[in-house]
Amino acid sequence: MTASVDRLSRLLNLVPYLLGRPGIRLSDAAADLAVSERQLRDDLELLWVCGLPGYGPGDLIDMSFDGDTVTITYDAGIDRPLRLTQDEALALIVALRLLAETPALPNRGSVERALAKIESAAGDAADTAGRVAVRLPANTDRLGRVQEAVRRGRALRITYYTAGRDETTDRVVDPMRVLFAAGRAYLEAWCRRVEAVRLFRLDRIDAASELDEPASPPPQAQPTRLPDGIFQPTPELPLVTLLVGRDARWITEYYPCENVVEEPDGRWRVSLRASDLTWARRLVLGLGPGVEAVAPGQLRDAIGADARAALAAYR
Amino acid sequence: MSRSRTERLVNLVICLLATRRFLTAAQIAQTVPGYEHNAAEPREHEAFQRKFERDKAELRELGVPLETGTASVFDTEPGYRIARPAYALPDVILEPDEAAAVGIAARLWQHAGLASAASSGLLKLRAAGVDVDSQATLGIEPVVTVEPTFAPLTGAAADRQAVTFEYRAPEADAPTRRRLQPWGVVCWRGRWYVVGKDLDRDAPRCFRLSRIVGEVRRTGPAAAYQLPEGIDLIDYVARWSGPPEHRGHARVRLRHGRAAGIRRWAERVTAHHDGDVAVLRYSDPDSLAGYLVGYGADVVVLDPPEVCDAVVALLERTAARYPETTSAATDLPAAPAWSGESR
Repeated sequence: MTASVDRLSRLLNLVPYLLGRPGIRLSDAAADLAVSERQLRDDLELLWVCGLPGYGPGDLIDMSFDGDTVTITYDAGIDRPLRLTQDEALALIVALRLLAETPALPNRGSVERALAKIESAAGDAADTAGRVAVRLPANTDRLGRVQEAVRRGRALRITYYTAGRDETTDRVVDPMRVLFAAGRAYLEAWCRRVEAVRLFRLDRIDAASELDEPASPPPQAQPTRLPDGIFQPTPELPLVTLLVGRDARWITEYYPCENVVEEPDGRWRVSLRASDLTWARRLVLGLGPGVEAVAPGQLRDAIGADARAALAAYR
Repeated sequence: MSRSRTERLVNLVICLLATRRFLTAAQIAQTVPGYEHNAAEPREHEAFQRKFERDKAELRELGVPLETGTASVFDTEPGYRIARPAYALPDVILEPDEAAAVGIAARLWQHAGLASAASSGLLKLRAAGVDVDSQATLGIEPVVTVEPTFAPLTGAAADRQAVTFEYRAPEADAPTRRRLQPWGVVCWRGRWYVVGKDLDRDAPRCFRLSRIVGEVRRTGPAAAYQLPEGIDLIDYVARWSGPPEHRGHARVRLRHGRAAGIRRWAERVTAHHDGDVAVLRYSDPDSLAGYLVGYGADVVVLDPPEVCDAVVALLERTAARYPETTSAATDLPAAPAWSGESR
């Protein structure tokens, strides 16, 4: 929807919104509407000159200002919001379905009741959302236990498998939240071992036990922002360059890449940040002949040495 | 949109909501401010007609239901009005916990394409009297990302209208144009797919939304086909993208205390003096070999021969591709600090 249509929609819904909240503070209304207070004042000024044919004092939308509050005193007949559009119904209904599908959700009943009411209010506009099906990963005991620890605000001792280093470690964490991203469940927690916020994949938590002490993430423990997915490469991570054959091109969909260039021979030259080179070594070895490591040199050397050491066992 | 145009449109909506008679374009021009013109002057009249057409289109885009009809059997020119029941959102009465759920749901799209649709929908609910707490949390939350083609594809599926798009599978060199009768859109394991009948292959297919390049265009009439009955779209995608059945068994020897990933995945692991023996289920010897080779000398395949041969072949090619260098710097440095544990 274009910005102009956005404004018209906001104006038409603003009158019933204010009608139901006499004496609302402009700052509260602006926050609810996700606009600046200045924009809101501008919207109100515009509405003030609109109204019923005749356009005299008794026909125009009227409102009274008292300090920084506003009350609609005449609505000119636009006392109800517009129906939901297809896109609005789609956004709300699919999001509620995703929530309802989330395993171990504490108050699924509220979500399901809200979903039924929104679907019914949307009427025909709900048809589009009817063409969407969602399913999140199946429920697990572990998810329930971790979720319970988050809810009760308890610290957890976990046995965690780190695929990047292929090792299993025990650590005490202060849980912050459980979230689902890209089809997987994660525990976000302050890890006391590394003294930083970490995202732990639930399917890699091999054991978890609740401790008798409260979770107390320190003030510097901020939730990870997740606009681009779970793995957020940072510039200090080692940059790995690979030549990727046709059959292994899927890795460019799977891992965030810094650069992908097609070579004359049809292979793709791919640069990506590796969590560490041990991980990169296992990735390249496992992808077989379809992928060749180009840089750094020590990665090439390590791969070659690994392969020769492994071959020795078969001779 | 200019301020005067917005003002004109608000007045037009108020006027058409208030009238019970159908108002002709000429009557609207005489009533609503902003449409004044000299109807006897052909150029002015044409300009008015264009303006009015644009305004009607704008209102329809917004979802304002414009009704057309004639005021009486003697009228030849069509008139317009807005039927209040079709315009207004019906009463929505949400309990506080339900309103909180809606607020959380709307926030799911904050990083995804439907954010503005979610917030304008939320505004309408608020205008209907629902108090949505925008701070509420559930202690558990999905993070949703969705491609821009999501809304156009679901819309086309709802209207049963065929679409065309450019689709690029990673193993293909260039995108290919596909023609599809979409049945629905599915979120499965965090990825979005559209399922439907591929018109060129005359068979059901599913496509990953992340592989669609550019825009989705509708083609042909709406309501052009029937949705197949009794098909479970998620089931379809799951079968298409799911892992194959694991029929074979392989035995591998692991170094003591190494290859933690294989141990977690193994059916069983038994201790021996020269290493632990793990039993693994697999479907394809080559993909199992690729996985095992990643562990280097920590893993030795004992049987069956098809896996053993695949591993040796892979290792030989790898050893040849990365010949020994004179530098002895094959020891990798310790893992650097990193902000996630997800790999």
